[in-house]
Amino acid sequence: MRYENLLDSLGHTPLVGLPRLSPSADVRLWAKLEDRNPTGSVKDRAAFFMIAQAEKDGLLQPGSVILEPTSGNTGISLAMVSKLRGYRVIVVMPENTSEERRQLLRMYGAEIIGSPAAGGSNEAVRVAKQLAAEHPDWVMLYQYGNEANARAHYETTGPEILADLPSITHFVAGLGTTGTLMGAGRYLREHKPDIKIVAAEPRYGELVYGLRNVDEGFVPELYDESVLTTRFSVASADALRRTREFISAEGIFAGISAGAALHAGLGMAAKAAAAGEPADIVVLVADGGWKYLSTGAYSGTLEEAESDLEGQLWA
Amino acid sequence: MAIEVRIPTILRTYTDGAKQVEGAGSTLDELFDDLDQRHGGLRARLVDEKGLRRFVNVYLNDEDVRFLSGLETPVKDGDTVTVLPAVAGGDR
Repeated sequence: MRYENLLDSLGHTPLVGLPRLSPSADVRLWAKLEDRNPTGSVKDRAAFFMIAQAEKDGLLQPGSVILEPTSGNTGISLAMVSKLRGYRVIVVMPENTSEERRQLLRMYGAEIIGSPAAGGSNEAVRVAKQLAAEHPDWVMLYQYGNEANARAHYETTGPEILADLPSITHFVAGLGTTGTLMGAGRYLREHKPDIKIVAAEPRYGELVYGLRNVDEGFVPELYDESVLTTRFSVASADALRRTREFISAEGIFAGISAGAALHAGLGMAAKAAAAGEPADIVVLVADGGWKYLSTGAYSGTLEEAESDLEGQLWA
Repeated sequence: MAIEVRIPTILRTYTDGAKQVEGAGSTLDELFDDLDQRHGGLRARLVDEKGLRRFVNVYLNDEDVRFLSGLETPVKDGDTVTVLPAVAGGDR
């Protein structure tokens, strides 16, 4: 495939079968490999669309400052595009995210402002909103509430999947900004009214949730519960175990959030198999494992990996 | 076999500090009744007159029961029920 430049190579990622993880010939799992995007994650889609929309709206000129709360991937995508377009990027990122993400962000020229580890991504959002109020000239694209984030998936991810697998019955993806599930979910349901849209939410240990009050939960503005059929909460141990299964069964070196999505996909596969219903379940692999090597997720026993991952954000 | 129920730290005062307890029942509602027999007061922290309390999430084999049938969700031996305080999180 030939493209004019790197940005033009966005999307059109492979959909590959998972024959060894699928329970039967009638209940099949598929992986949408989003690590095959320009900076190696699904977030390129949202970042490219949000920047394009902001340019169309006249919000960005060379030298403009883009501010964004992110646990890493969105920041990396924004920083890469900004490098090419001449924007400055400041990301607000929780302190307990992997070193690889920090190195990539710095390499692309982004500045990193740390937010306290204990609050996770919610705290990064709070800090970024405060900074945006103090610096009205900075442009916060705000992936949690930017319709261009969901639209990226409505216009690209959803159509790609349906074209590759018209028999799709389930779409499973991680739940963060909710952009992937909202955008691709709406597109797929318009064309397949019975499709099941399944969210996999990370469940961290108490080192991350720590002392936070239970009613501080933050709901992204993009989130519309009616798009979802169901929602899974996946513990770090299960996400890790499934990430290892991706490698051992299918040879796929996926990031940890993809392991969480696989866990939910296998849960739905088991239910379809028990009910005797055929299924074609697409699991979105948000990124590859490269950025998480330093977390210990891929070395030693599962117990060691789980202990090393304690307190770190993996999605 | 029984139904395994995972209890969050904040509610372990009702389970003598146990992270995990076992119960029985054919629905979540029955399971919570059964648990309350041995762990008095636990049910009231999970359920009010309108159903599941707003800031409590309950998962059956990791699936949010609000998307299933709430308190009427069928449960069976070998299932795992996880109780958590409600929070958001994820890949951003």
